[in-house]
Amino acid sequence: MSTPKLTKLFMCLACVVIATDAEAQSRAQAPQLGTPMSKADVAKWDITVFPDGRGLPSGHGTAKEGRAIYVQKCASCHGDQGQGATAEDLVSGPMPPTAGHPNKAIGSYWPYATTIFDYLRRAMPPSAPGSLSSDELYALTAYLLAANKIISESDEMDALSLPKVEMPNRNGFVPIDAKK
Amino acid sequence: MTGKFSDSDLTPIAGGGLLDRRLLLKRGALFAVAAAATAEPARGDAAKPAQAEDFADPAWLHRTGGAFTSYGTPSKYEKYVVRNIGGNREPAGDGVSWTPLEDLEGIVTPSGLHFERHHNGVPDIDPKQHRLVIHGRVRRELMFTIENLLRYPMRSQFLFIECGGNSNAGWHEEPIQRSVGSFHGLVSCSEWTGVPLSILLDEAGVDEGASWVIAEGADANLLNVSLPLSKLMDDAIVGLYQNGERLRPENGYPVRLIVPGWEGITNVKWLRRLHVTDQPSMTRNETAKYTELLPSGIARMFTFVMDAKSLITSPSHGQTLEGPNVYQIRGFAWSGRGKIVKVEVSADAGKSWADALLDEPVMTRCFTRFRMPWHWSGQPAILKSRATDETGYVQPERDVLIKERGRNGYFHYNAIVSWAVDEDGAVTHVYA
Repeated sequence: MSTPKLTKLFMCLACVVIATDAEAQSRAQAPQLGTPMSKADVAKWDITVFPDGRGLPSGHGTAKEGRAIYVQKCASCHGDQGQGATAEDLVSGPMPPTAGHPNKAIGSYWPYATTIFDYLRRAMPPSAPGSLSSDELYALTAYLLAANKIISESDEMDALSLPKVEMPNRNGFVPIDAKK
Repeated sequence: MTGKFSDSDLTPIAGGGLLDRRLLLKRGALFAVAAAATAEPARGDAAKPAQAEDFADPAWLHRTGGAFTSYGTPSKYEKYVVRNIGGNREPAGDGVSWTPLEDLEGIVTPSGLHFERHHNGVPDIDPKQHRLVIHGRVRRELMFTIENLLRYPMRSQFLFIECGGNSNAGWHEEPIQRSVGSFHGLVSCSEWTGVPLSILLDEAGVDEGASWVIAEGADANLLNVSLPLSKLMDDAIVGLYQNGERLRPENGYPVRLIVPGWEGITNVKWLRRLHVTDQPSMTRNETAKYTELLPSGIARMFTFVMDAKSLITSPSHGQTLEGPNVYQIRGFAWSGRGKIVKVEVSADAGKSWADALLDEPVMTRCFTRFRMPWHWSGQPAILKSRATDETGYVQPERDVLIKERGRNGYFHYNAIVSWAVDEDGAVTHVYA
């Protein structure tokens, strides 16, 4: 074996040691008790929905289908027309966010349509969160978007169409303590 | 009434009768206290004098005392010191409860009085069935049991947690007349102990290009927020203990995220999932809520840091000064950006200010207790306190904050609070 080859080998080993030093030091004091998850395990936990549509499940629905679900499961708290009841308003009037008493409902304030689907799936209805199917969630989301006059009654919402919905207040935010 | 003090003791160092803070260090200096003016029924009962009329020989000297108890409770005479609940009717678990700040001293909030903000109740979590997972842009996607987390190296830190919506009645056009705890009580301070999150993230092996982490709780709301990875690597704690004991259910049992100095919602209770990723997921809480609409129609978003703030808790709204005397003005200050370096007090509506005494220890992102001696002459006065933190940030006057933010921001109200004392010694909240 020639000397240059040995030198190269030594240098390579040195590089590996330096690169992992910080992490190794931190791990040295930790017991390393996390259990590796399989892809199937992760899929069960991962319900994150991103504004670009990543994470949205299959399924579909229209505002017309959503209206029936809304009346049955949402109207008692949010009002028959999406405002003026005990829970927060979902449907905005014509007021933009600059008005004297701005309405922060979906149409005037929410910047991303995907957020509606995500929040409904997590939290609604409060008495039985997690009980709505993906089809029902897409239909309800479509209903709320149509009630806010952002899409039409017949527009079908699914994993491809929902992230393409342009929300009126999409550019109404300025980040302060972190970049978007 | 002020006979215990010499003339030089009572020489004011600022308008309205503020005295040198060193007077508080003088042995034998006695200060009057402001008393709660309007006794609630529970408070009235508790305050009834005991039957013993001979104070030198009360009944308890002549009978066996109570037995040991396996877990202590406060004195029955202190039953009025409770969280004030402001819950919604539907669902019952959506609302807040306020810490009774005016009834507490020092810097630690008892765990049972820590403020609450729940979105769909307090889950009843069996720690054996609870898991914390880290997944996404990591080399190893990992699942942790609580038993395992308890075996990791831990760190302990005294930290305040403040809800982004605390003090939001300050945005109202008219000053609200409520006790300081029912107005500003969505802030508390505890010793939090747990595993530095960086240890767990290192074990998972964060990929290059990861910049955000989406944290999710195990409540019936599956509350989720997006947080910058850099902050979580820097000083976040996977909290397991509060004030020496395991977390209470309403404070996130069995595990919650602790994000020092950042608004309450980021300290996700009942933590179950950390999704390491390259962008925020724009959750309902970081878009529709916890964003501050400015007069321009543009809203501030990702307003994580709680700016410096201070409150005088005594005297404060609902309390009464019983005649001209020397009083100890007291309160506390905090900043999400680091240590409090100065608290100034004014007794003449901000015309003049004097430095208050800060109790040791003064710790980063923690409550700091301040005290100020004050000779009240019996004339109407307006009291204010103003905090400065180690970054040089100074707590703003209310009109400055309103000019900058308008009145529809709802969150992050940290303006100077003014209490008016009238000639009868009654204290009310004023804008001044």
